[in-house]
Parts: sequence; C-alpha cells; structure tokens
Amino acid sequence: MSEPATQANPDRWKLPALACALFAVDPAGLQGVVLRAGPGPVRDCWLRQLRELLPAGTPWRRMPAHIRDDRLLGGLDLSATLRAGRPVVEPGLLAESHGGVLLIAMAERLEAATAARLATALDRGEVAVERAGVSSRAPARLGMIALDEGIGEEEAAPVSLIDRFAICLQLDGIRLEDTGAPSADKSAIAAARQRLAGVRISHELIAALCATAARLGIDSPRVAALAVRAARVAAALQGDEQAAEDHAALAAQLVFACRAAQLPEAEQEAEAEEEPQAPEEAPESGEAEAEPQAPEETDDISDPKALRDQVLEAARAAIPPDLLARLRHANQRANSARSSARSLARRRPAKRGRRIGVRPGEPGAGNVLNLVETLRTAAPWQALRKTRHKAGAASRSPAASAPVVSLRRDDFRINRYQQRSATTTVFAVDASGSAALHRLAEAKGAVELLLAESYQRRDQVALVAFRGQVAELLLPPTRSLVRAKRSLAGLPGGGGTPLAAGIHLALETALGIRRKGETPVLIFLTDGRANVALDGEPDRPRAGDEALAAARAVRAEEVATLLVDTSPRPRQVARQLAEAMAAAYLALPHAGAEALSGAARAAGSGPASRRQPA
Amino acid sequence: MRPEFPFSAIVGQEEMKLALICAAIDPGLGGVLIFGHRGTGKSTVVRAISALLPRIRTVDGCPYNCDPEAPFNHCGACGERDKANGKAALKSRLRPVPVVDLPLGATEDRIVGALDLERALTAGEKSFEPGLLARANRGFLYIDEVNLLEDHLVDLLLDVAASGENIVEREGLSVRHPARFVLIGSGNPEEGELRPQLLDRYGLSVEVVTPRDIETRVEVVARRDAYEQDPAGFVASWKSRESRLRGKIKRARERLADVAVPKASLRRTTELCLKLGCDGLRGELTVMRAARALASFENAAEVDDQHLARVAAPALRHRLRRNPLDETGSGTRVARAVEELFAE
Repeated sequence: MSEPATQANPDRWKLPALACALFAVDPAGLQGVVLRAGPGPVRDCWLRQLRELLPAGTPWRRMPAHIRDDRLLGGLDLSATLRAGRPVVEPGLLAESHGGVLLIAMAERLEAATAARLATALDRGEVAVERAGVSSRAPARLGMIALDEGIGEEEAAPVSLIDRFAICLQLDGIRLEDTGAPSADKSAIAAARQRLAGVRISHELIAALCATAARLGIDSPRVAALAVRAARVAAALQGDEQAAEDHAALAAQLVFACRAAQLPEAEQEAEAEEEPQAPEEAPESGEAEAEPQAPEETDDISDPKALRDQVLEAARAAIPPDLLARLRHANQRANSARSSARSLARRRPAKRGRRIGVRPGEPGAGNVLNLVETLRTAAPWQALRKTRHKAGAASRSPAASAPVVSLRRDDFRINRYQQRSATTTVFAVDASGSAALHRLAEAKGAVELLLAESYQRRDQVALVAFRGQVAELLLPPTRSLVRAKRSLAGLPGGGGTPLAAGIHLALETALGIRRKGETPVLIFLTDGRANVALDGEPDRPRAGDEALAAARAVRAEEVATLLVDTSPRPRQVARQLAEAMAAAYLALPHAGAEALSGAARAAGSGPASRRQPA
Repeated sequence: MRPEFPFSAIVGQEEMKLALICAAIDPGLGGVLIFGHRGTGKSTVVRAISALLPRIRTVDGCPYNCDPEAPFNHCGACGERDKANGKAALKSRLRPVPVVDLPLGATEDRIVGALDLERALTAGEKSFEPGLLARANRGFLYIDEVNLLEDHLVDLLLDVAASGENIVEREGLSVRHPARFVLIGSGNPEEGELRPQLLDRYGLSVEVVTPRDIETRVEVVARRDAYEQDPAGFVASWKSRESRLRGKIKRARERLADVAVPKASLRRTTELCLKLGCDGLRGELTVMRAARALASFENAAEVDDQHLARVAAPALRHRLRRNPLDETGSGTRVARAVEELFAE
C-alpha cells in the first residue's frame, strides 16, 4: 500500500480491510466512511465483510439520496394515526439506524439540505423532529457509509457531510481478485469495543496528527479530531491500552490521504507519484501500517519531529495517485469545485416548488394529501359525526362500529406549492481581440453590474467566454458572486472571435438550465463580428454565416435573450444577430447602468423579450 | 443525553464568544449571526450557552416560561392566574435558560404552534399546542444552517424576534403569546448566501475562521477528544471556570443599567458609522449597546474607546452598504475605519 500502483494485488485490499475492521469497532465514533467506488462486486464485498463483522442485530439501513423528510427524520404514521384516532409518530431512518449503520446510496447526488440533516444527526447523536404535528426527539448514534459513485472530482458527496466522516476509501482500481479476508474477526471486534473506552492517547501523538493535517492543507479541526479517534480505535483493535505512532500512521492514511488539498513538499513529490521514494523511515512505517498486528517496539518516540514525519509519511504514501495529478494540474480548480456552493445551486431538487400552505381538494392527480391538516380540519366535527353515525347505524345495521376518526371528502386538504421560478442568467462574453481592444473592460463592468442585480434577486449566474478558437464555460450556474467575479476578473482578452461556438455553448448551457425546470436568460456581450469558424479556422464569411445559424437556433428554442453591442460605434452586424436571435438589442455606448439593468430585467421577464427593439 | 461541551473550554474564537456574551447580558441587542467555515465550533458554542447562563425563574407549568415577577409580560393563562391570585406571586421554579434548536425540516405549524391534534381527535377539544417559539421565550432560538432554511420561515422568525410576540391565526385559533428570544443563526457562506435584507436584522454578526497555528489546533483537538472520551468528567473539570464566568455574566447583567455612556463615546460611534456609510440608526444603537454590555462585563464604570473598538466589527460588518463584488472582507473595512478614527 505504500506503492499503490505497482504492488502485488492482495496488498490493495489491506487498507480497505483495515478500514472495515476499524469502522466495525466504532461506527458512531468514526461517524462515517466515504466509499468512492462504482457499484460492483468489490464494493459489495467490502460491505458484506463489514456487515459480518458487526454484532448480530446491528441496524443496517439503506437511504436513497432523494429521501423526503418524513422518512428521514420521522413523521406521522398515516394508518396507525387513523386507526388509533390520535397522532402516532413513525420513526425515520435516522432513528431506526440508531446504534448501527446507515448506507447513503448515490451520495454524490445528495442535496445540501439532506446532507445538513444527516450532519446534524451526527453532531447531536439524536434526531429532533418538529414538523407537521410531530414534535419528538429520538437517539441516533450511528455510523454512515456514503456510497459515492461520482466520476471525477466534480461529482462528489457534499463536503459538509464528508467533513464529518473519519474514513475515506477509494475502491476503484481494486479488482475482485484482489479482495481477501477481513483483517479481524468478530471476536476481535467485540473485544476492541470493550477496550475502546480505556484507550489513551498522548498529547504528542495528537500534535503529530494535527501537524500532518496542516501540512496536507486540511483545515477543518474536525478532521484532525476524527483522526485521533481513528488512532484510538486502531489501538483498541490491536489490543493496546495506549495509542502508538503506527496507529496514528494508519489513522493518517485512512483519514487524511483522500482529503489532502496540498502536497507537503511540492517540489519533487509531484513527479514521484508512482514510487514515493520516501526518506529513511518510510518503508518501515509502510510495513507498520500494513500489519498493525506486528508488535510495535517503538512505544515512545522521544523526538516529536520524527513522530510527525512518520505520520506524515504514512499519509503521503496513501494519497491516491490521481489526487496528485489533480492537485498538480488544477489546484485552484479542484478547490473551488469541491466547494459545495455549486452543489447547492445545482442540486436543488427538481422541485415542485415550496409548500406554501394547504387548500381543500382531492388527493391524486399530482395532489399530495396533507394528512395533518386534513385531520385538523376533521377534528372539530368528530363528536358530532359520531352521534350521527350512531343514529344512522342503528337504523341500518347495528353491527357496524363507528370508525375512530371519521373523515369526509371535504375534509381533505392538499398541499399548495409555489413554483420557485429560479432564474439563471447566462452571460456570454466576447473576449476576442476586436472586443478586447475596445471595450472588454467596459463589458466586464457591465457584467458586474448585472451580476450585482442578479445577486439582489437571488438569481444564479453562469459565465461563458469565447476567444481564440474556442468557447468555454468559465463558471457553471452558481449563486456565489465572489466566484463569478473572480472568474470574470481572470478572463484574458485577445484572439479571434469564435462567435458561433460561443452562441452554441451559451445556448447549450441555457437548455441545461431549462431541463432542470428553471428559467434561463441569455445575455450576450459582443460586437457581433465573427471571424473564426466552428472548426477553429479563421474564415470570416463562414464564421459570420455560422454565427447567424447559431443565432437562429436560439430563436427556435425561445430563450429570453439580450444582446449588448460592445463595439464603439454600433454596427448593423450586431443588430442583425440580435434579430436572428429574437433578442432585445442594446448598444453599450448609449447604455447607462440603468438602461442596462432595465434591459436585462425586461429580457428576463418573458414576453417583453420577444418584442423587437425599436 | 450527554452534557454539552463547556463554553469556557472552547479554544479561541474570541469574537464569537464575546458576541454571545454581549447578547446574553443584553438580550435587547438583537440576534447574533455566525458565519464561518466547517468545523469551527459554531454549533458547539451556541449549545454551550444554556449550561453557562444563570438559571431563570419561570411560572410553574407555563409553556411560555413566563416570569412570575413580570406580570405585564404574561401569557393569557398566567394573566388569568394573576387575576385569580390577586397580589400573591404565582408558583414558580428555576430552570435553565431555554436554548431551542430549530431542527432542519421544521414546519411552520411546529414553529408557531397549532391546533393540538391529539386533543382534537381524542377529546374533540379545540386547544392550542404551543410551538418552538413558545419554548424559546426568554431564551435563545438557534438555527443552524440558517441559509438552508426556507425564506418564509426566516421571515416569520425575524418578525417574531423583532416584535417579541407570536400571533397565531390558524385553524380557528386566535392566540398571542410572548416570544422574546435572542435569535442565533449560523451558517457556512459557501453553502449559499443570506439575503442582504435579513443581515441587518441581526444585532451582531461574527465571522469565524479555522485557527491557523498548530498549537491552537492541537488544543482544540485534544479538548474535543477528552470530551468525547468522557463527557461528564470533562465537564466536571471545567466546572469552576464555568461558574466563574457565569458569575461574571450575572453581575454584568445586574450592573448593566448603571454603566454610563459618555457623550464622547456616542460621538465616536456616530463618526464611525458615518465614515463607514451605514444606513439608519440601528448600527449606532447596536454599537452603543454592545459596548455597554462589554463594559459591564469587564466591570468598567463607563464605556470607553477600547470597548467601542472591540464591538465595532461584530456590530457593523453586516450593515455596510455592500458592494457584493468587493472581496475585501467587511470586517477588515470596519477595523480600518476604527483604526483611523481612534488614532486621531
């Protein structure tokens, strides 16, 4: 495992097997495991081994990513409530998993709101419900396993949740042949559970783990605390009363390696990813982690520096090679992509809007019955209906007993939703030479102005830029102004004008937004003079034709569009383009700040956008 | 349930602690907004408040925690009992200051209160089941991840927090009850921003960041670990420090009305707000009140510049007319203005 890519196969299973044993000892203390792996036999094997190691009867639940609050947190049990004639609370998945393990299926699809609920349960060890007539709290000390099937770092489980999970495992690249036996048996796990509360850890070891986290660029103190916990569990598993440095080394591997945001010594390490030629003690420590059963002779290391180095070395050895590559290539990007701001923006549910109340009506046909409100409506009439029922029943069949709760059709209350008409403004900025020379700065200023507007309306923004040969999505839809501003400021100018490519990409982005049920608004900032064709060749006539064709595609899709002409003297060509798009047209030289934002608002507000400007 | 992590055991995060202490000394300051990164102990510090503060006397059996000594503030039921009792005080008991967690996914009926379903169904009675706002009266209402809360619920909470009264009109019920609480919201700015209109409604706002130096971090982790290992023992070992701090807060409360705010300090405050271009008077008032709470906490007879400087950032940073595209933290802007002004 110190040489992840080249070692013999069974070694690849060592770390996962150890992780499995550690987690089986203390699921609630370690709080969770992120399993980065596609679905398949390897992942199933790991899960099966874990389940076999857990004591019999340990709860084991599986949660779909799109779970609703009433099932996750708990809610009113419909049939029991109606049967009993009083509210009966049904525990949610979190409470059901108390003392056991909750599997989160497709964790990369998890919404920020759901992740926050799970995180709260981990922090509190209980789940509190205050919803729809239910007020309850139930214990929920559990461990979670996020089954993260994301591809690439763009797609990953929400950081707010992952930050609370001790163990991070990458199973991709392990084949079924590599898997082996678990690294501990059930009796060892049970013994470790007994021992865990008494395991001590020295201040030096805690310091070493914190230092390692810092060297790897891991900021959250929570992660370091989890590593401390993991070291303790490792000691307990091995039968020790005192956590030693090899336990800390193992903890560093399991907890830190996958989260490293920077490399400890950036110089040669990047090259050395295939074989981390570690100085001196590295192979030793590698051995130690591979076999924690091996008796450790260095019980107290006198030199805290050596201790830190050893822990750091262990963590570094376990850093997955693709992480190194990722860090080397796109350090900055990787960081921003990890931020869950985007995941929030992007993964807001393809919603039916937010609930704004109830109205009388019949369930079915997409209407959702609001049980609590229905019961509340029916409640005042119960006494009356019961007497009536008795009177009626006596005349018909005396055997029929009165229902506990008598509901009438006109008691039904269904949820009212308000469609959240989220708008996303896609800015397509011409950063080519011709535009840059004149007015790129002004265009940027205009975009900033519009950005500030979007911010006030809580819209999302996206940014497409085109220059040279290609168009590029600089910023996928986000609500973070700071990011928008940053990517705009970093936008260089110069090169040809691949206008058609820009229009295509902007339109594609807009259609993606529409597919999510939101409303896209396109704002082009260009002088309209295309000179690079779709294939990247400089060919002015062809580029112009293609741009017009692309513009007509925008019209066909009926996306609300505004075209801001950025040339110093407004030209016919930009106006023609706007007409082809059925876009509102605005010449920047004449556009004050107010005209600009006014036009953008008009473009966003639907029918106005179809009007041709005078 | 295990005891909460002790307030005095929280390492660093001085501004956040100071803001909460000020709000506890003078609940009229308005709420506290805590924005910061993951794992900085935002929730820990808020939840530690309840154990820290002196216990309060409440009318026995009152769901709104009515204060027996403040009959003008009583809920309907306690008002009736006052009348029946004449001059005699109501039966009361001591209880910890309520710190009510607003769990994610909470719905409006549970927040404001609603028709008691159980009584309605079983006994056919129309009665009001108080919600979280009732429980939070005279205490704190804490919303973690406030930026994930539905807008209409945030509006509702801010409205009640400002008026101190919860008015319920639903299901044929018409109820009003006192709901004075300090609203505390926390969130992570990376997970969505808060509407600017809402920012101004909070009295104080703090930004918490991860401690940078290793020593502090080690201390954070070590204390956390000690607590996880033996919560009761850890809390016991901090008991004397907790009670010292509790006594300090208690005395600060009693003394608060006697702390003088000299004219010169008021002028300074106004100058500062003008310099920063804060709209309205809320900024000045908050700076003044927070400085007075701080002075009282530190046993000073009157507010001085040093108090003003220390509360300026939490009281003003969220009120600056914000250019959303300006990346300079507003805290820095306040600090700069304070420095320039007080250097004169």
